[in-house]
Amino acid sequence: MSTELLTVTIDGVPVQVARGTAMIEAAKMAGIMVPHYCYHPSLPSPAVCRMCLVEVEKMPKLVPACVTPVADGQVIHVHSPAAVKARAGVLEFLLINHPLDCPICDQSGECELQDFVFQGGRASSRFSEPKRYNPVEDFGPDVLYVPNRCILCTRCVRFMESVAEDPVLNVSERGDRAYIGIDESQRLDHPWSGNVVDLCPVGSLLSKDFLHKARVWDLDGSASVCTGCTQGCNITVDTRDEVVVRLRPRPNLEVNRHFICDTGRADYRWMNRGDRAEAPLVRMDGTMYAVEWDAALARLAALVSATSGPVVLLSGGRASCEALGWTARLLEGHAVTAAMLVPMGDEAPLGGIPDLALRRERAANLEGARLLGLAGDWDAAIVRAASAALVVVLDTELSDADAARVSQAGTLVHLTTVADARLTNAELILPITSVVESQGVLVNRDRRAQRVLPVRPAPGMARSAWWVAANAWALRAADRTAPATAGAAFRALDAFEGLSHNDLGFIGRVVGAVAAEVTR
Amino acid sequence: MGYPHPIHATETPVLSTHFGEVEARSYSGWVARGGYEGLRKALTMTPEQIVDEVKASGLRGRGGAGFPTGLKWSFMPKDDGKPHYLCCNADESEPGTFKDREILRWTPHALIEGCAIAALAIRAEVSYIYIRGEYTEPYHILQAAVDEAYAAGALGPNAFGSGKPLEMIVHRGAGAYICGEETALMNSLEGRRGNPRIKPPFPAVSGLFGQPTTINNVETLAAVPHILMRGAAWYAGLCLGNPKSTGTKLISVCGHVQRPGTYEITLGLPMRDLIFEACGGMLPGRTLKAVIPGGSSVPIMTPDEVDRCVTDYEGIAAEGSLLGSGGMIVMDDTTDIVYQIMRLARFYAHESCAQCTNCREGTGWTTRILERIVAGKGKASDLDLLMDLAENMTGKTICVLSDSCATPVVSGIQKFRPDFEAYLSGARAPVSLGI
Amino acid sequence: MSSHAAEPHTPVFVGAALAQLEALAPKYPTRMALLLPALWIVQQERGWVSDGAIHEVAEQLELTPAYVRGVITFYTMYHTHPVGRHFIQVCTTSPCNLCGAEDVARALLEHTGCGELGATSPDGRFTVVEAECLGGCGFTTPLLIDDDFIEGVTVATVPAVLERYS
Repeated sequence: MSTELLTVTIDGVPVQVARGTAMIEAAKMAGIMVPHYCYHPSLPSPAVCRMCLVEVEKMPKLVPACVTPVADGQVIHVHSPAAVKARAGVLEFLLINHPLDCPICDQSGECELQDFVFQGGRASSRFSEPKRYNPVEDFGPDVLYVPNRCILCTRCVRFMESVAEDPVLNVSERGDRAYIGIDESQRLDHPWSGNVVDLCPVGSLLSKDFLHKARVWDLDGSASVCTGCTQGCNITVDTRDEVVVRLRPRPNLEVNRHFICDTGRADYRWMNRGDRAEAPLVRMDGTMYAVEWDAALARLAALVSATSGPVVLLSGGRASCEALGWTARLLEGHAVTAAMLVPMGDEAPLGGIPDLALRRERAANLEGARLLGLAGDWDAAIVRAASAALVVVLDTELSDADAARVSQAGTLVHLTTVADARLTNAELILPITSVVESQGVLVNRDRRAQRVLPVRPAPGMARSAWWVAANAWALRAADRTAPATAGAAFRALDAFEGLSHNDLGFIGRVVGAVAAEVTR
Repeated sequence: MGYPHPIHATETPVLSTHFGEVEARSYSGWVARGGYEGLRKALTMTPEQIVDEVKASGLRGRGGAGFPTGLKWSFMPKDDGKPHYLCCNADESEPGTFKDREILRWTPHALIEGCAIAALAIRAEVSYIYIRGEYTEPYHILQAAVDEAYAAGALGPNAFGSGKPLEMIVHRGAGAYICGEETALMNSLEGRRGNPRIKPPFPAVSGLFGQPTTINNVETLAAVPHILMRGAAWYAGLCLGNPKSTGTKLISVCGHVQRPGTYEITLGLPMRDLIFEACGGMLPGRTLKAVIPGGSSVPIMTPDEVDRCVTDYEGIAAEGSLLGSGGMIVMDDTTDIVYQIMRLARFYAHESCAQCTNCREGTGWTTRILERIVAGKGKASDLDLLMDLAENMTGKTICVLSDSCATPVVSGIQKFRPDFEAYLSGARAPVSLGI
Repeated sequence: MSSHAAEPHTPVFVGAALAQLEALAPKYPTRMALLLPALWIVQQERGWVSDGAIHEVAEQLELTPAYVRGVITFYTMYHTHPVGRHFIQVCTTSPCNLCGAEDVARALLEHTGCGELGATSPDGRFTVVEAECLGGCGFTTPLLIDDDFIEGVTVATVPAVLERYS
């Protein structure tokens, strides 16, 4: 890639961009958004919506900013009268057959047609003919097609063709009879097909799962990372009244570009469980009693200090680096065998994007556990647990067989989001937050450390696992102070070379020995 | 013999000399008429020599755009190690245009020979002739001629023993006007929807199958053997008006004339002579109302403009229209011009490939407004609306189909506004739509 | 969309038809380029392109059925539904329209018994559709009946023209 820089002026803002940069991306760098529909940075550009026409001095016609590379010295006008008029014309054409059904459309509130019409469309319609009508079609397990709302931007067709490499969608017919078609014998059931819903700039492709669940302006969203596998796709978690209703991809060009798989997309129901552990439980005289955190932490510290003999730490794949690191620190001084449960599944790659797949290893922070030296062999750890003096089970659900083995241990501490009645030897059941209620860092398979942020408050008395572990650790010796924040908890972990949450930003950072090689 | 009428004194038969002669369709018949001498000569020339000869002739593309043919050929890269392709655009579909059809069905070997020479000029080993699906008879005639040319050794891996390969494949379209747009044609030939492509890249860089490609119209290619045999100077000398418009042009005249048909004129002939002499003028008792001179995509001309106009690229442009493909639609005073413009808009709405918003929606909307007007339900504001939509449909899309729909609407409203107003005011009785 | 999906499909590309397709293959650098020719072969063999044929073509050319369907619906000359024994396209675009093409079209609907455009006559003999410009503007009104291009048809000559097709 050439690094030669060209200087162009866009709406009066000079900007330097690499040769070959499309005008629409150059404008982005100048802080100017060129309205567009068919253009998408992760798809080939067909230049068909004609929304991004801009005026370029010394060029006779308006040009599509999405496919026209900048030339040195160019003066580009995104908001000149000619460009504004052209855009208003396109919007009018797009609206003539578009139903005025925003009040019942799921896209409403995050609809690019609404947005751009609001910005630069006509106040009233000049169209007095009957509108085109086609019935809703069922495209696949989670996707409905509402042709009347379709603006034929073809993002969905291009995604299936060029990115999913499973061209089951087409443009059928011609002229204003055209619609997005699917072969009757085929379904839109590719493991990544749900992305067409996000790609659709209007409410034409809808998720059945999200159908009529919420108005998007009632949603709260937060940046997070999918915990479905080791890929670590960046997501936004959307909640309504503190109930998670939708996971969406969050762009990260280094990890998942603009996409997530359908498995990850659907992986949120567990977040809404109603049987959450909400108070610390301590076994006293064979009975579990709810106690204040002070009492629970004191008991935990005492238990760890009193332990003599092997200790086993069993963690789940969603446990953050902070949780893992501080739990390990709590157990310092003991011979600890640590393992992370890694459920296995089938790999489902997204063909058109290098290094993007639903991975076989369904443990989001497996690499984090490895960096911290806490990812030993699971089966060996389970065998050891049966005769261990202390077993700490951190944020994971055990199989019946594993639960039976673990129940034979001397003492068991369970840091968990839901109580597990099978673990009859639990001395402490400590309610912890889930990934949507806490800050933390997960490290994906490429050793990219990425932050998750909370989107809703913790239930009951639940606290972050790192907080629980760190405060118990502090109680074990007089001169210790637990970190006050997740950020401080992270910074204190040696494996991360002094990096802070801030350093990771919103797209993460590659850490560890491979960092130097992986700088992209 | 001309076709379907005898050659008229105003004509200059070059390409049309043998129209109507069944024998000219066969290889032997064509050779007997001096055929394939141009190709034999070209086989002795370098590509540069062929290109220079065609450049010197002043030949311009006969499909509509009028781009200098030799210059177009010279854009093809040299020594790039890639396969080059020649495409012949035989997708003649512009309403009013039926001149290539006569070449295809009467003198197919003229086209084959022209393709072969062009292929040599652009260093292509393979030529594809894309013929519209509706041209069934021309297709069978052309395919038979190609087979004969192969059998005679004019085509094949060793054309006329020259050691040079010349492969030629006839490819049928299947009913899509837009495939006459050069990049849409390439997509169609590749087995895709006939969507025009964004340019750049231009075909000479990345055309058919992503390789350097030149695409020429049937009539353009059919003229090439004559230029090679009789010389560029002879061809350039065929000129009655502007020296930028040289050679002969087939004009297919249809509509309200006594003798519709394909006429070959030297460029620069007064349009009146063509319509009123060659074509015999109006039907008895009728007068001229309008002419669309270059296929349905060009602005409509009034009788005054026709009177002043010389038929060449510059002459028609001077009167505000275009020579285009040379498909001339003549309308007399009985014509309901609003209805005909509605039909033209409907044609473009039917043929829009659906890619660009302005075209997909604009052609359909324009049609529906015009349909409403002729149905007697027009509104006073409709004409301004049509004009504004036309502006939003012009110069905004990947190809010019959208512009082509807007053009007759704009020129129609500008030049025949009273006809529209008669519908709007109720002075003219509404027409019931549909058959 | 199609109600014919359930009909069992007898392969088109066997014997001569397959040979015809494969003879074309060396003429193109990609297999996709055989799509229009392959669909022509299907239509020549079967009269229309059924769902089964779409799947067969897709398989032959290593494409998806959805892709093939998107291409077919772009072109007006492929029939995705059965049509009459004789398929009549009548041009009614402006140049022909000026010279009475709509009257010819009406006469065709009447004399074939089709009644309306796109419909097949009760005897299964004809289907009549409007075509947008057949390229015979100087020979109004042109018809394309199956593969026959017939020029200069008038309302008066419609019955005689139809007589030739049984």
